[in-house]
Amino acid sequence: MKETESYEEFIKGVWRDNPVFVQVLGMCPMLAVTNSAVNAIAMGMATLFVLVGSSFLVSSFRNWIPKQVRISCFIIIIATFVTIADYTLLALVPKVHKELGAFIPLIVANCLILGRQEAFASRYPTRLAVMDALGMASGFMLALLSLGAVREILGDGALFGVKLFGENFEPWVIMILPPGGFLTLGVILLFFNWFKLKKDEFLQEVAEAERSES
Amino acid sequence: MKKRDPDLLLFPAPLLQQGMTTPKAMRDVLYALLPATLASLWFFGLSAVLILGTCIFGAVLAEWLFADRRARSESLRDASGVLTGVLLGLTLPPGLPMWMAFLGGFVAISLGKVIWGGLGHNLFNPALLGRAFLLATFPIAMTTWVPTTGDSGFFSIYPGNLALPFMQVQIDGVTSATPLGMMKFEQVVTPLSELAFGNVSGSLGETSGLLLLLGGIYLWMRRDLDWRIPVSIVLTVIIFSAALGLFNAERFPTPLFSVFSGGLLLGAIYMATDPVTSPVTPKGAWIFGIGVGVLVMLIRVFGGLPEGVMYAILLMNAATPLIDRYTQPTVFGRGDKSS
Repeated sequence: MKETESYEEFIKGVWRDNPVFVQVLGMCPMLAVTNSAVNAIAMGMATLFVLVGSSFLVSSFRNWIPKQVRISCFIIIIATFVTIADYTLLALVPKVHKELGAFIPLIVANCLILGRQEAFASRYPTRLAVMDALGMASGFMLALLSLGAVREILGDGALFGVKLFGENFEPWVIMILPPGGFLTLGVILLFFNWFKLKKDEFLQEVAEAERSES
Repeated sequence: MKKRDPDLLLFPAPLLQQGMTTPKAMRDVLYALLPATLASLWFFGLSAVLILGTCIFGAVLAEWLFADRRARSESLRDASGVLTGVLLGLTLPPGLPMWMAFLGGFVAISLGKVIWGGLGHNLFNPALLGRAFLLATFPIAMTTWVPTTGDSGFFSIYPGNLALPFMQVQIDGVTSATPLGMMKFEQVVTPLSELAFGNVSGSLGETSGLLLLLGGIYLWMRRDLDWRIPVSIVLTVIIFSAALGLFNAERFPTPLFSVFSGGLLLGAIYMATDPVTSPVTPKGAWIFGIGVGVLVMLIRVFGGLPEGVMYAILLMNAATPLIDRYTQPTVFGRGDKSS
């Protein structure tokens, strides 16, 4: 019973309540740093670290945090982890750190993270909170990666820096620029909603068929 | 489908109908574009056919793909997709790879029209949106101009046209600057006679000013276009460049050069007048036209680009709802200014 519950919390974040494609949260890093797959992965890892760490802490301390000042407590916890992530990236991969720039400190302001603390971690036991954070962060990373991959393939003819089309590839300049982020995200959201619509229609048809049978 | 009983037709008012319908208006614009299109075939040969064909194909494919299954034939019949394809094709350089032209047509309809809710709901002119997308995506290919084919014959194709999908244009052929580019970057003025008849390099449909005017007059006689918009654009450009000429006649283009060079006539007659994306009120039409004219001249003379018609029209398209709102005529007897 307990196993399935935590599995549910994990898969919910990856697919059904995907933070980007369904909840449309965390748009700022989503649009800003996804111009290559490597950047997307780095951003996703940093977010995963911060989200899991702060969800764990917030959930552990949830009975000691006074209701009136909970937001500031969450922010302090999140900021601690963001600072750790910032310095770690700077030490390990300075080049990526430079490209991500201001968007690493800005993870503090990512509404996905604060939203999970407020909506989930501060109300549920530690294990579920960590599973929820892992799921949400994986969903976020999945979204970042799909956007980053599309933009890098079209904008640079490469994936993870490996050229896919040879030397004569004509780059789609717009895909590297901010409009490319908006366009790609819009197209992906379009497909998600279309898929959902079709699924609902299908479920409705099934329900009607069952009703007429009985 | 059963045929309807011709004796029993029930209509809500209005019962008097004008003959003008959307498909008819679209077809009229296509007829009006015919001379300029034929001229582009004359000047650029088979390449023009390829570019226009792929643009139309891309546009119609997008229209067909995204249309509701039941409304599919309906949305194809009004020819607006074909018109968008032709208009987009006429604004493209003749040496553009065909796959880019296809992409432009597809984006023009999908991002420019379908996503807004279809014909009549779009904020921006679809053809120009497609061109803006192409210009932002492939800045080099979109500004590589080739000279007219001239004597080398109808059947010669620019090598760029045949580039494989996703591959670059092999720039080995001759390129030549447009009259506006020469004016801006090399201070060379192209004679007016060449501009009027169109034997200059440039995008497919913008080279021959006189033929574009001819089509415009046809449209005006068929009452398909609001004459205020092209007239105010052209007048604004003439006045603006004449005023600049007073300061420094050598540095700034003459009024007639400004009117006949680049895509001004194509944009002013066929794109700015799109009834969906231009103001409906007469006063609004004047404001719209003057705005486009001023922006064109500002971009051409003071901006970094040699040509600014596309951005000028797109910017004014964005302002259209606002213009419409502030130029609503007041109902007689209710125009109390104090309230």
